[in-house]
Amino acid sequence: MTRIDSPPRQPSRLARLPIIHQLHQSVGLQRGMLVAGLVITTLFVLTAILAPLVAPYGYSQLRGPDGVFGAQQPPGGAHLFGTTVGGYDVLSRVLWGAQTALFVIVVAVLLSIFAGVFLGLVSGYFGGWLDRVLVVVCDAVYAFPSLLLAIVMSIVISGGKSDLVGGVMAAAISITVVFIPQYFRVIRAETVRIKSEAYVESARVLGSGNIRIMVRHVLRNATRTLPLIFTLNSSEAILTLAGLGFLGFGIEPTAASEWGYDLNKAISDVSSGIWWTSLFPGLAIVLVVMGITLVGESLNDLADPRLRGRRAVGANAGLVAETSVVPGGTLAAGPGGLDGLESAPIHPSDGEAIS
Amino acid sequence: MTTVATTPAAPAAGRAPTTTAPKKKGSGGGIIRYIVIRFLLIFPTIFILVSMVFWLMRTTGDPITAALGGRLSADQLAERVAAAGYDRPILVQYVEYLGQIFTGNFGTTISTNRPVSEVLLTYGAATAELAFYALLVAFIVGIPLGMVAAYWRDKSPDASLRIFAILCYATPVFFSGLLFKLIFAVWLKVLPVAGRASTSSELQMQLLPGKTGLYTIDAIQTGNPAVLVDVLTHAVLPALALGLLTAGVFLRLVRTNVIGTLGTDYVDAARSRGVSEFRLVQKHAYRPALIPIITVIGLQIALLLGGAVLTETTFEWKGLGFMLSEFLQARDFVAVQGIVALLAVIVALSNFIVDIIAALIDPRVRY
Amino acid sequence: MSDIRTERSQTVLRIDDLGVSFSTDAGAVRAVDGVSLSVRRGEVLAIVGESGSGKTVTAKTILGLLPETAVSEGAVILTSRDGASENNVIALSRQRLRQVRGTDVSMVFQEPSTALNPVYTVGWQIMEGIRAHGKVSRADAKKKAVEILGRVGIPDPEVRVNYYPHQFSGGQKQRVVIAMALVLEPGLIVADEPTTALDVTVQAEILDLLRRCRDEFGTAIVLITHNMGVVADLADRVAVMYQGKVVEEADAQTLFTSPQDPYTQKLLAAVPYVGQGVVRAAARAEARGPEWAAQTPVVIADNLRIQYPGRLGRPGFVAVDGVSFSIRPGEVLGLVGESGSGKTTIGRAIAGLTRVTDGSLSVLGHEMNGFKERRFKHLRSDIGFVFQDPASSFNPLLTIADCVAEPLVVHGRAANPRAARARVDELLEAVQLPRAFGDRFPHELSGGQRQRASLARALALEPALLIADEPTSALDVSVQARVLELFAELQREFGFAALFISHDLAVVDILADRIAVLYHGRLVEEGTGAQVLGSPRDPYTQRLLASLPVPDPAAQAKRRDELRRLRAAG
Repeated sequence: MTRIDSPPRQPSRLARLPIIHQLHQSVGLQRGMLVAGLVITTLFVLTAILAPLVAPYGYSQLRGPDGVFGAQQPPGGAHLFGTTVGGYDVLSRVLWGAQTALFVIVVAVLLSIFAGVFLGLVSGYFGGWLDRVLVVVCDAVYAFPSLLLAIVMSIVISGGKSDLVGGVMAAAISITVVFIPQYFRVIRAETVRIKSEAYVESARVLGSGNIRIMVRHVLRNATRTLPLIFTLNSSEAILTLAGLGFLGFGIEPTAASEWGYDLNKAISDVSSGIWWTSLFPGLAIVLVVMGITLVGESLNDLADPRLRGRRAVGANAGLVAETSVVPGGTLAAGPGGLDGLESAPIHPSDGEAIS
Repeated sequence: MTTVATTPAAPAAGRAPTTTAPKKKGSGGGIIRYIVIRFLLIFPTIFILVSMVFWLMRTTGDPITAALGGRLSADQLAERVAAAGYDRPILVQYVEYLGQIFTGNFGTTISTNRPVSEVLLTYGAATAELAFYALLVAFIVGIPLGMVAAYWRDKSPDASLRIFAILCYATPVFFSGLLFKLIFAVWLKVLPVAGRASTSSELQMQLLPGKTGLYTIDAIQTGNPAVLVDVLTHAVLPALALGLLTAGVFLRLVRTNVIGTLGTDYVDAARSRGVSEFRLVQKHAYRPALIPIITVIGLQIALLLGGAVLTETTFEWKGLGFMLSEFLQARDFVAVQGIVALLAVIVALSNFIVDIIAALIDPRVRY
Repeated sequence: MSDIRTERSQTVLRIDDLGVSFSTDAGAVRAVDGVSLSVRRGEVLAIVGESGSGKTVTAKTILGLLPETAVSEGAVILTSRDGASENNVIALSRQRLRQVRGTDVSMVFQEPSTALNPVYTVGWQIMEGIRAHGKVSRADAKKKAVEILGRVGIPDPEVRVNYYPHQFSGGQKQRVVIAMALVLEPGLIVADEPTTALDVTVQAEILDLLRRCRDEFGTAIVLITHNMGVVADLADRVAVMYQGKVVEEADAQTLFTSPQDPYTQKLLAAVPYVGQGVVRAAARAEARGPEWAAQTPVVIADNLRIQYPGRLGRPGFVAVDGVSFSIRPGEVLGLVGESGSGKTTIGRAIAGLTRVTDGSLSVLGHEMNGFKERRFKHLRSDIGFVFQDPASSFNPLLTIADCVAEPLVVHGRAANPRAARARVDELLEAVQLPRAFGDRFPHELSGGQRQRASLARALALEPALLIADEPTSALDVSVQARVLELFAELQREFGFAALFISHDLAVVDILADRIAVLYHGRLVEEGTGAQVLGSPRDPYTQRLLASLPVPDPAAQAKRRDELRRLRAAG
């Protein structure tokens, strides 16, 4: 009877939030990766929001107080990163580009999450012919080069022309269509798995309605992996946006600043040894994608008990594990504990997955 | 295609009785059956993609107006639209289009007035060659390094390799392409800037009677080593740019899967028999990990093709991707539609082949 | 001088003051604490304990197989096969450790289907072990592999050596795993729960094989198990582990007849044995009036057939084939069978989770053949279900109180979980859980506690019928005893009819009024506990009963002979 009143306590509410929870959980290299990723991502978001304040010029500004900037000016003086072939300030366009990228990520990811989660949940839960059709369609779309699909979509949406906000929206919606199958697949797979879990079957035996089961039991458990896909897709969204821009489906320089477009314009510069027009926008893409990917990969590792690193212990450390002859049975089933050592199956649901 | 790909393993893990007598050998019909069913699944995939592209592209209007909209008068435009049959009901055009695709007719380009299938044949070889070299780079770099990273898991070699993989993945091919050009072609001047071969080499290869369009093979046919060297040096940078992108994905994939299988009981069992740690990674963990790896590699073909469009544009590598972006600039949507449809067929076919390879490697399917 | 030497070479393994600590998410955990043991040549030492006792960790330490998160201290001294040298496994270099594994000591794993690499033939895997220790030609290694497969009882070893693991049945796979352990004739085999994943009838065969290993090969065995019956069947000496320490060590006969440590006594008392429930069942039958037999049964199965659909036109798998039985109000029917016998399928069909293919199944007067959820829904409040796996039977995001309140809310007895809290508290008390547990999340409860909460949820609406699908098979034996006791108490109190599904005859015997035995989807025998267990008529039931090891070495030796006779006859 001694152990009943000393359960393994839940960590505080703050520590259970996504990201912060993982930050606590991580060790060594994994923590380093996660922290580096978080720092870069935060910098990116801040730059995007504060672009009007930090950028020395506007994204479509061609002349300053001292007259026209001039084309392909090398870095230095008034233009820290030089100017482009079109006569824009490279630094300003790089900073403003963050805003475009963030906007596209947010719109694209939000739209595809809603559509993908809804379709995946319904399809996975009810099964039947609708499920089969959706799976075949989504598999077909998923296997197809996402960039090509985004091109087709942007032709459809904007006729391949890019005007003001429409260009940004077109890019975002094109990317959405590409991502819906990804969310669909993940949520559907999770739904199918959760559907056969004992707690859902138990709800069915109790006579809970389908809607109640879907909302109360399946949805919340199925969306636990979303932060992970969210980060991995964000980086892909940036790459797709840049790819579209590079192929001339991005946004005109007068509408917004877009890194891929600037790189496209820099192709010919490279042959003549002008490096600054391509290097800085390119580095911006690499840095942001890397930051977000670092966060995503760390979350992925932490969610998978096989990939997660653990702290090393000193000899003789730790309490002896409880066994189950105490009334009420063993308390070793909390997070961590001896799971996996006594050849018990590891249940990621035991507080180990992203929550 | 993953849902399809997982089916081979399903009979082993499914709701089958476990106490029955040993399964009979020679239920070899399983694999043939699987191949047939998997083959039949290609058709809905192609059908869905082709239909999707058709309906999406046509919601914006007919391709002639899109391509020549500003340049012709309304009457001339209407005449050309009628001549091409674009004024008929869209459903009729759709059925006709499906029929044409089935017979290998992908339409006629508007900007150059050539059959799309001819464009595909002319430029397809270049893309195939690029994809081959890129895959070569990806395999050579990605798979061994992935195993190294798994072996040194959470140690410094693993850390640097993972950063390398993320860097590969995070760098858009056109940016790495531009950087490579800047460093190796412009500054160091050791490799050519762009193109598939220098003009003189191309001339020599043009004269060949049995030219294949695959420059490496054509160059060997000329018997002139200088031409071969020229062709190969042109391929280095594009192949590296595209290959490293894919290599990053492969590295990560191999690492994760090998680490996953290293934690299984059978690896522990082999260890308890005194098998060396190196052999555990190289044989016991790698082979079973290969099955999911191959399946995902199939999906990377899509990434590779998407990347090929960007790489070809960066390096003026005159393949399908380069042409695609040319046609896009020209707003020639018949050509775009044709190329996209062809790529859909290629993707479906290559996924089929990859799934079959994965199934053949898995003894649970073979027997 | 020579005395010491013979003394030494008689000892295969000596563990001195072993301590092992692990780093986990919850901090450092000490799994093994000051364990000292020794094993003599040709001896079977059983290490017994429940989950978390440190027995598996001890076993893995002997082969140096602990993960990198573990830190160990003390000494594990292993004598080589020829008795010439001794090695401290903990201090060995990686290279030396590799040489010791397989030649001096080898291991048999719990789950044979995961211990074999699925993509290599069993011959390849055996040969790899041989060739890892010295230069042996491929042909010689193959010859050796065929020979060892034959010796562990694999028929046609020349052909089967080229088979892949999935082409063997579970019992044969375990034979192959044992063959791999034996092939270099090590002095010591560590067998970690070698029969836990197997059916009872197969378990008996594997235990026989392990006995032959000792007798024919002279191999010492360290047997790790939680099953007292297995210990009684095979062990010469027993060490009982609890919380990382050895609490008692004695030869098998002494331990079972006069256990000294209170923990050992409790453990032995908790082991269910056949014949326990006969008296109780008879008393219950007595108490029922004559009109009871005339009552309409709550469940009637008549020639019930359930088939799972096959993939893409292949014939489906028939899980249940022509089964007839009935459960009367207030009666507990125990359904026994091995894996694949269809017992779980029947339970699921009664709860409307699996469709009936043919025949008739009437549940509370409702015909389940041609099942429509809408028409069945109002009956659901009369059915409770307890699932096997306590880890997954609760939504991890809801508190226990929310989960237990779910049936009350769904059937309109309460507006929301909060309004149902008073009733939930009552229910928690009924299953002997403190009220405060209602505010905890499922992962904060142990397996036994979760199974109690699961019972509380199933009983919330006071159902007329309870289906319990292996409710105790994931629990430790002492926890199991408590849950079974609780189940019996609740059944007395609430008077529900129950279908109790289990693979363990002894468990079913404790609770059931009548017992039905399933084999490959068919009902082979049905009757009261006294009939089925006292004088089984069907040969399968006889074999099943004889295969079940009892926690008494002397009685178990007799049962072994009986089983041998049955096998020879059938």
